[in-house]
Amino acid sequence: MSENGQQRKSFSDNAKLVAKLVLAVVAMFGFGFALVPIYDVFCKVTGLNGKTGGRVVYEAAAADVDLSRTVTLQFVTMNNINMNWVFHPEQNQIEVHPGELNEVKFYAKNPSSVRMVAQAVPSVAPSGSASFLHKTECFCFTQQVLEAGQEIEMPVRFFVDKALPKDVHKMTLSYTLFDVTENFVGTPKLSAN
Amino acid sequence: MATGHDDHHHGPAKGLTRWLYTTNHKDIGTLYLWFSFAMFLLGGTFALVIRAELFQPGLQFVDPNLFNQMTTMHGLVMVFGAVMPAFVGLANWMVPMMIGAPDMALPRMNNWSFWILPFAFAMMSSTLFMDGGGPNFGWTFYAPLSTTFAPKSVTFFIFAVHMMGASSIMGSINIIATIQNLRAPGMTYMKMPLFVWTWLITAYLLIAVMPVLAGVVTMMLFDIHFGTSFFSAAGGGDPVLFQHVFWFFGHPEVYIMILPAFGVVSEIIPTFSRKRLFGYDSMVYATSSIAFLSFIVWAHHMFTTGMPLAGELFFMYSTMLIAVPTGVKVFNWITTMFKGSLSFETPMLFAIAFVVLFTCGGFTGLMLAIAPADFQYQDTYFVVAHFHYVLVPGAVFSIMAAAYYWLPKWTGNMYDENLGKLHFWLSFIGINILFFPQHFLGLAGMPRRVPDYALQFANFNMVSSIGAFFFGFSQLLLLFIVIKTIKGGKKATAQVWEGAEGLEWTLPSPAPYHTFSTPPPIK
Repeated sequence: MSENGQQRKSFSDNAKLVAKLVLAVVAMFGFGFALVPIYDVFCKVTGLNGKTGGRVVYEAAAADVDLSRTVTLQFVTMNNINMNWVFHPEQNQIEVHPGELNEVKFYAKNPSSVRMVAQAVPSVAPSGSASFLHKTECFCFTQQVLEAGQEIEMPVRFFVDKALPKDVHKMTLSYTLFDVTENFVGTPKLSAN
Repeated sequence: MATGHDDHHHGPAKGLTRWLYTTNHKDIGTLYLWFSFAMFLLGGTFALVIRAELFQPGLQFVDPNLFNQMTTMHGLVMVFGAVMPAFVGLANWMVPMMIGAPDMALPRMNNWSFWILPFAFAMMSSTLFMDGGGPNFGWTFYAPLSTTFAPKSVTFFIFAVHMMGASSIMGSINIIATIQNLRAPGMTYMKMPLFVWTWLITAYLLIAVMPVLAGVVTMMLFDIHFGTSFFSAAGGGDPVLFQHVFWFFGHPEVYIMILPAFGVVSEIIPTFSRKRLFGYDSMVYATSSIAFLSFIVWAHHMFTTGMPLAGELFFMYSTMLIAVPTGVKVFNWITTMFKGSLSFETPMLFAIAFVVLFTCGGFTGLMLAIAPADFQYQDTYFVVAHFHYVLVPGAVFSIMAAAYYWLPKWTGNMYDENLGKLHFWLSFIGINILFFPQHFLGLAGMPRRVPDYALQFANFNMVSSIGAFFFGFSQLLLLFIVIKTIKGGKKATAQVWEGAEGLEWTLPSPAPYHTFSTPPPIK
């Protein structure tokens, strides 16, 4: 009687509660993946991480140059592990005025005997100033393909935002070059060892 | 009540299939506890390989790759195989008996969530024999070490983690359903024993973060096999993202391992103080606050990843804030003992050691929470000493305390008190010889996860290794005591302990196979 009644009630109660909990599990699994775009947006908005933005159009008319200010820009290059390209900037540092369009060339050579594909990943230090460095042209926007022994000069065109905080006098733009040959030809990436 | 034609409802089935097909919460609790003890010995064996290698500087027994596999497997087995299943086993045994329920709410799923585990761990352990070896990237499996540079067996590791996660999620759904739906009439939330309360909160933590762990290993799987770049900078991903997602799971995980321990200790201390627990309500609120705070402190594991100052400050202060509810708990335990008529049976000894040594681990945690100081401590043996102090004399001691406390209820026999006390003192002394010197090693700058070290660290490492073998072999005594108690011993009364209060102590010892088929009256 009452025991049966209680039993049935708790069965439907269980079903409802379990449905809610399973939903919570699915939602949290989704949340784990949602953390990926949340992280990217958070880094973009706050300018953390030293990540620079994508291609920007330079409007000469709007961008009057602030000649009263000089900022030193240093260029650093690094090869990721197992990457054997020769890779360096043609100038190690330049002086720029905020608002002025500049160009720096980077040299790369594939010394190996096979065709290789590389991807450069930029980073700016101090990371807070990353969002003030605008690139109109960069070899990091696309993957670079070099035949065996081929060499190349790759330009970067950029300007520094006039809104750059006053306390920043020196910025470092670094590029890390990754070997993405295996990904490029579409074969699954194998573990490197 | 017992009717002859219906006797399969009243006793366990015979033979091995009893354990395979059982849906009885006591049987499943027993399975969980034995499984976790087996994993404790396996993980302990890995630890002894590590300590044997570190007994002296130089490479003696194992090559660095095997050493890394040992540190990784030790962590994984102890966290997911020993501590978590032990608490689920205790919950299975005790939660229905403490709230006056006939069984767990979802008995068939209960069977399933246990039987996944042996397969998950068999698969994970089998990677040690595979080409290239098992996981060697630390239990935190940071990308790209666990993706680009991982041994090929990493896929088996990923699936093993998926299976453990499924098991934990099902277990916690079951525990939540049991606690919320099967309480005896009159058992309001604020009358529930604290062990039940802490497990309810722990189960919600598990529901919230185990899916995130499943997500992060799934991303690894995609990066390794399907050409995505979640954690690879070359493809636009970010290895630091891995750490954020991992620790979003990982920090609540450490509270998953300690909140049920708080519950156990909150049961034992009042019994042997012969007083009610001081500040029951504040215990509930403190546990809830710790659970909430555990979600907003994860990046204190990542102070050195180049976070901006604002981030360092936020995570530093929010981490320190956790000391407040934890302090409330420690205060309540001590106040419960204050002016009580204390007696020092084995469970009480383990519980008091828990309070003292867990507090030590909490204080080193506060030191590590100081962001500027953390740059010095991070990745040294100081961190190792810290989390072993909160996990071994913390979580593991509380599990041992619980085992001694409820063993007479489970088996109907009293354990040998002298042997129990001997086991306690061997463990207590062993653990401190093992882990206390590691504080000094860390402060002197010895990095963790290294098979070899500079000569100035030799003495403390030798002491620590001696403590490790001392502590490790002492645990065989626990196995002996438990078997001896199952075989026989002084018959236990229903109440077992003079000061014990709660529904489980109104049942005869050993607890019958089916209990509370009709709900008990609640005072």
